[in-house]
Amino acid sequence: MSTRTLMQGSEAIADAAIAVGCRFFAGYPMLPFTELLEHMSRKLPAAGGVCINADTEIEAVNMALGAAATGARAATGSCGQGIALMQEAIAEAALNELPLVVFNMARGQQDYFQATRGGGWGDYRTITFAPKDVPEAVEHTQRLFHLADLHRAPVMMLGDYVIAHTHVGVSPAALDLGPVPPKEWALDGSMGGTGRARQIWTWDRGKPNTPGVGPDQHWKDVAAKFAAIEPTEARWEERLVEDAEVVVVSWGTTATVVDYVVDELRADGVPVGSFRPVTLWPFPGEALADATRGARRILVYELNAGQMIDDVRIHAEDRSAIRFIGGVSQDQTGMRQGDLLDAGVLRARVLEAVKEG
Amino acid sequence: MTEMRLMAPAIPKLLQSPDHELCPGCGHPVAWRQVLEVVDELGIADRTVIVVGHGCYTQMMIRSDLDSLQCLHGRGPAVATGVKRMLPDAVVITLSGDGDMVSEGLAEVLHTAARGERITSLLFNNGVFGDTGGHMTASTVVGQRTKTSLAGRDVEEHGYPIDVSRLVADVDGSAYVARGAVNTAGMAARTKRMVRRALELQMARAGFTFVEVLTMCPTGWFVPTAGGPEYLEESMIATYGIGEHKTPPD
Repeated sequence: MSTRTLMQGSEAIADAAIAVGCRFFAGYPMLPFTELLEHMSRKLPAAGGVCINADTEIEAVNMALGAAATGARAATGSCGQGIALMQEAIAEAALNELPLVVFNMARGQQDYFQATRGGGWGDYRTITFAPKDVPEAVEHTQRLFHLADLHRAPVMMLGDYVIAHTHVGVSPAALDLGPVPPKEWALDGSMGGTGRARQIWTWDRGKPNTPGVGPDQHWKDVAAKFAAIEPTEARWEERLVEDAEVVVVSWGTTATVVDYVVDELRADGVPVGSFRPVTLWPFPGEALADATRGARRILVYELNAGQMIDDVRIHAEDRSAIRFIGGVSQDQTGMRQGDLLDAGVLRARVLEAVKEG
Repeated sequence: MTEMRLMAPAIPKLLQSPDHELCPGCGHPVAWRQVLEVVDELGIADRTVIVVGHGCYTQMMIRSDLDSLQCLHGRGPAVATGVKRMLPDAVVITLSGDGDMVSEGLAEVLHTAARGERITSLLFNNGVFGDTGGHMTASTVVGQRTKTSLAGRDVEEHGYPIDVSRLVADVDGSAYVARGAVNTAGMAARTKRMVRRALELQMARAGFTFVEVLTMCPTGWFVPTAGGPEYLEESMIATYGIGEHKTPPD
């Protein structure tokens, strides 16, 4: 019999991270990421780890990068502007192939571009999971640490205020994700003086006795790695799309409102379905094309001026079917989603698009 | 006939290759030799991790036989914090130039010192962005000519240089702060003793340790190659001084 514990989403994520072996965390407080830092600060030392309240987001992410270089499972986090400050180091992790986990507990949905496009320098992408609720965030936390080690790459959770602050019953069940490669690249100082000391650098020049491939080939190799990840790590969820004339595409917690409205409309006989990319990068483009092939309308619902819609446009077979029904929507605190995150509003916008024919 | 005596091995033991792409008269390799020799003499090569910033010294790292991590410009002390917290028994050394530490990364070194991180940060200070071709840094001394202060650093226009050793010494978490130079053999030997003391104190978990080394950059200073040591004496040593700024109580 499974047991569930009532806890805040941020605490559930902290517990999941520690359970999968995260031993270093550094962050700079910023709502709604702050609680994750608080829980890590309280719990990580007891688990034998280190949590540092850093003095800037730049310091925090670089500390995590250093910890990751020793082979430890390391993470950091922030939101919005703080993530923007971290992008240089996220790019560095991609290019020097260090596993780094970044929790972006965003204030809304305006971080899609900076999560998925690679906000820093170089030809790389950031593997990004967007959970729809707390249980999925717990699952994603486990997957993210695994994928970071598997691919030696930075990974990001794109959560939000709702996930960070909601209290729900959480099951501690751990996923069996299989082994990860041994970290022979990790620095511990032990190779010094042996003639085969290690060097981690984005240019991969190596050392005279163990030369690397150099920047041109290394950056080609890194780009090829991300190209290989793209078709294998995409995850998505689709509902009632087989006979749907209208498919609503959304991501993150916004999708829970979409699911509710789709069920309501189906009960009224409206042939509507939904599609949700679970990974924002890699974007499940082929799955989206399949799920929307028979649809008359593809409605994109996200709380920004239109960011994911670019990926929908890239992958949908009939671009003329796409309509944007989202928009910038923030409450007056600026910390969380605004009035557009509402089943009544969404229902009206879907019905309007259906009527439009 | 003068007898030739070998004062030191031509190639330090912890250098995989004597090749380099540095300019004639550069002081950095003289300074780095002191560090490699101390690490070897203390017998800690197999537990030392170097975290290196961006500058001319970067290329010395890819030839040194020590585990090393090239990090973002200015962020060495933060990166080294993550390394040391996960490897508390390792000897962790950061290497920065003045552009890397005093210009780009002043926040990182001061906060790392304040936390009392048990690492050793080395600053090779030549008062100029040598790697970019001779531009003004936050430690360029008043009157010094650079490509971005052609008539010499003018306090009215460019402000004053930052004495980072003094700042670090003022922070409670620092245990040892010293400034040496490499313009003469005697000064290099004195600097080597400072590096040794810093690493010994790191291993004794005394706190944050810091050694600044004033080094020559005749190319970036626009002086003749052989004039580097003299210019260093007249400009940087005259401005900053040499010595131990802070030592732990006995």
